[in-house]
Amino acid sequence: MLGLEKKDFQLLLVVAGLTLLAPFILNPFPESSGMAQFNAGYPDLMQRFVIFGIFAIGFNILFGLTGYLSFGHAAFLGIGSYGAIWMMKLISLNVIPAIFMAIIVAGIFALAVGFITLRRSGIYFSILTLAFAQMSYALAYSVLTPITGGETGLQIKSSDSPLFSNLEEGEIGRANLFGMDMRASFELNIGDWLFTFNAGYYIAAIAMLASFYLAIRIFRSPFGMMLRAIKSNQTRMSYTGLNPRPHTLAAFVISGMYAGLAGGLMVAMDTQVGPERMFWTASGEVVLMTILGGVGTLIGPVLGAGAIKYMENILSKINKDVLHEWFAFLPDGLEDLLVTIIYPFIGKGWHLTLGILFMLVVIYLPGGLVEGGQRIARALRGKKANDEDGPKASTEPAE
Amino acid sequence: MEAIILQILNGLDKGSAYALIALGLTLIFGTLGVVNFAHGALFMIGAFCAVTLSRILTLSHTIIDETKTDFLGNPAKVEVPYVHDIFGVATGDAIIDWAVPLSILFAVPVMMAVGYIMERGLIKHFYTRPHADQILVTFGLAIVLQEVIKYFYGANPIPTPAPQAFTGSFDFGAALGFDPNLIIYPYWRIIYFVFAAVIIGAVFAFLQYTTFGMVVRAGMADRETVGLLGINIDRRFTIMFGLAAAVAGLAGVMYTPINSPNYHMGMDFLVLSFVVVVVGGMGSLPGAVLAGFMLGILESFASMREVLAILPGLNQIIIYLVAILILLTRPRGLMGRKGVMED
Amino acid sequence: MGILEVKDVGKRFGGLQALSDVNLSVKENSVHAIIGPNGAGKSTLLNCLVGKLIPDTGSVMFDGQSVLGRTPHEINQMGISRVFQTPEIFGDLSVMENMMIPCFAKRDGAFSLQAIANMFSEKDVVERAESMLEDMNMADKRHMHAASMSRGDKRRLEIGMCLAQEPRLLLLDEPTAGMARADTNNTIDLLKQISDERDITIAIIEHDMHVVFSLAQRITVLAQGTPLVEDDPENIKGHPKVREAYLGETA
Repeated sequence: MLGLEKKDFQLLLVVAGLTLLAPFILNPFPESSGMAQFNAGYPDLMQRFVIFGIFAIGFNILFGLTGYLSFGHAAFLGIGSYGAIWMMKLISLNVIPAIFMAIIVAGIFALAVGFITLRRSGIYFSILTLAFAQMSYALAYSVLTPITGGETGLQIKSSDSPLFSNLEEGEIGRANLFGMDMRASFELNIGDWLFTFNAGYYIAAIAMLASFYLAIRIFRSPFGMMLRAIKSNQTRMSYTGLNPRPHTLAAFVISGMYAGLAGGLMVAMDTQVGPERMFWTASGEVVLMTILGGVGTLIGPVLGAGAIKYMENILSKINKDVLHEWFAFLPDGLEDLLVTIIYPFIGKGWHLTLGILFMLVVIYLPGGLVEGGQRIARALRGKKANDEDGPKASTEPAE
Repeated sequence: MEAIILQILNGLDKGSAYALIALGLTLIFGTLGVVNFAHGALFMIGAFCAVTLSRILTLSHTIIDETKTDFLGNPAKVEVPYVHDIFGVATGDAIIDWAVPLSILFAVPVMMAVGYIMERGLIKHFYTRPHADQILVTFGLAIVLQEVIKYFYGANPIPTPAPQAFTGSFDFGAALGFDPNLIIYPYWRIIYFVFAAVIIGAVFAFLQYTTFGMVVRAGMADRETVGLLGINIDRRFTIMFGLAAAVAGLAGVMYTPINSPNYHMGMDFLVLSFVVVVVGGMGSLPGAVLAGFMLGILESFASMREVLAILPGLNQIIIYLVAILILLTRPRGLMGRKGVMED
Repeated sequence: MGILEVKDVGKRFGGLQALSDVNLSVKENSVHAIIGPNGAGKSTLLNCLVGKLIPDTGSVMFDGQSVLGRTPHEINQMGISRVFQTPEIFGDLSVMENMMIPCFAKRDGAFSLQAIANMFSEKDVVERAESMLEDMNMADKRHMHAASMSRGDKRRLEIGMCLAQEPRLLLLDEPTAGMARADTNNTIDLLKQISDERDITIAIIEHDMHVVFSLAQRITVLAQGTPLVEDDPENIKGHPKVREAYLGETA
């Protein structure tokens, strides 16, 4: 189906189902229950899930396939955002041209950066991309203030009147898709549950499904095979008469364009940009997402992006009072002790949790959540098989 | 002329910090073959050693001073640091005043221990893993260390002043025969530079003139062969890691009066230090030092008002620009050796 | 005029003159062996032929064109394939994918945007790769992870990958180093078969005299960076200079 093998098509269907039904799936708890704080089905967060999903899918095309670890991918996201917002300020408030602009600008920039940085590989490449991203950040932050708005960034203001929009004098333009406001939402009340269906989210979700489909095609194509060959053995690659650099550059540009798409969508959802979007910790974050989910796997980056954004939102919302509420059933001393132990890891401390989790994944589970899932599945299956075979084959094979 | 001298001097302190961090990074990379993204965190921990010591020294207890009264007429409560009780008021005050220099004594064992634990507990297991994994796990460690410090010390910078004796400035202009007041340079920055020079000299001397250093240099050149000679290179490399951690830590301790330490200072310096290492040439110790000072001074020149008037913000991108230019023209960096990290 | 002409090649590493005045002519469709004691400069010479090293002096012509200054992939596209001492294959890929990659390289060249578009028409490549695997007797291993194969199979795959490109010159760098006797004999048979059945020139660097005398039609002996003798195998056996070079080395 759609040029995909059965297994990949099933995966695509599952992802499509999950994203399209996300407003239901992410809101499993009724509004009035104490568990409602674990709900993630509100538009803002769902948008972030899919946008960072796109970002991570793109990053994975570079890192997962070729093994080139870019530490400056947020620069492309930021540049895409700036491109998109200028498109909205000047030409049209419709999100489609803005998103296309974001992809193109990010692609061109990725071509230039990749052309220079891909002259080196390994650690040099990582540091060079990092240097480029930091330079872009500094440029956006101060040097190019007239274009980027400096520290405060850019927003759509009442003074902006794009070419193709009939705004009234002083009206602040809103991002739309042929007239449909990105912020338009339809709320569905079923019993005690509240489900929100947001126009912007569905635009972003469709963009993510398209990105995911394209990523599957790239992974399964001979081009993807070439990229994996680069990761596997560059010596053999060049002694087979293939020039590794343009192949890697193509992957770099594609993944830069994915980042640009993510940046454009961010602007489409929330019409503002700031330079902090390009800071190198943001680049680190997409690396975390990809590793956490599973490098080089199709679904991994999407899972990783979801997991990290969920944690960021939910964990950082929990505070001391919530903890005390949870452990209220315990004796006072024990309650206080538990709260004291857990407190550093939540709220503002969620970065600590993230850092620890990340280290644990790199150390014990280099394949990320996907590998973890496979291991559990294998263990379960192995257990069943063992039950039938009797107790003799109780150990897993070494591999 | 005065302006040029002033900018060179201004660049020296930042350059010293870059050089010291880059030196440690290069030592670790050259000996262990590990790219340590947590090295900036070691610099930061060093700075917080100074913060911690000055907090310990100012630990106080409250006594009632009968000679004074507070605004209600009651006898006043006064905070008295324990050091006053131990050493007397005058010596105690001097000790508190000298907290930052004293922190050197405190920081060396602490940093050595931190480095030792880091190497034995984590880095050791990553020698045979790909560089990408090393970058990632040390990056994770850097986040963790930074967040732990943030948890205990808060997010705001903590002012940690230099001893009173060094708070003034030295008038280089007058000393060099120019107009006075044109080249004013704080004493502490002079001390920082001299301190950095001494440390760098000590590290080089250590590597050059001791047997231990010789083995380490041989190991940097060809780890396998040295291992085959029956020398336990791993143990020495662990010690090298501790040493590199101590160098970074000391750089942090002494930097506190120049910039109040905060939890993300390590990361801020790390990115630039990596650029410094790459510019100097991966694996080259003299290259790291040279590039550190060079880029520090360049950055200082780029922050001159006259330059910023023409190219605003140049000071923030100059290092990256130079790094990119150098890597394009000399892919191995200024003093890089052939064969180091070629693939 | 041979297909590969090496003239007056010299290469210096610091104080070491690794190669000097190397002259070599490899006749088309022959099997030419280059032998010599350790440190004779065999590998340096080979690296000069494939673009990994650039000699300080002299020229290397392949089929009338200079190879100097070209990158390894350009030289490969000219028709020179190289087999390494330790098999260089794509360990993370399946055997079939390993074989497909040289087929793509043969069809589409080193890289072009057109080639990326072409990549989606892979039917002919798949067929070619399959027939190549059958030629190599590896069709049953097509789904195997390449890294998990035995060394002999890896070698066989690497040779197959080189042949898939239909090179005019196949360079082999000690192809039987570290192999068991049986694997060595298999490799000899395979190379014999290749040289008999195909229009191909083989240049081989080898230590194992059994391999050399089973295969070579012409032998060059290298010692201390210079060719000592070049002659037919029967004349090389017992040649005084050759004995001296080898015995002098071991003594």
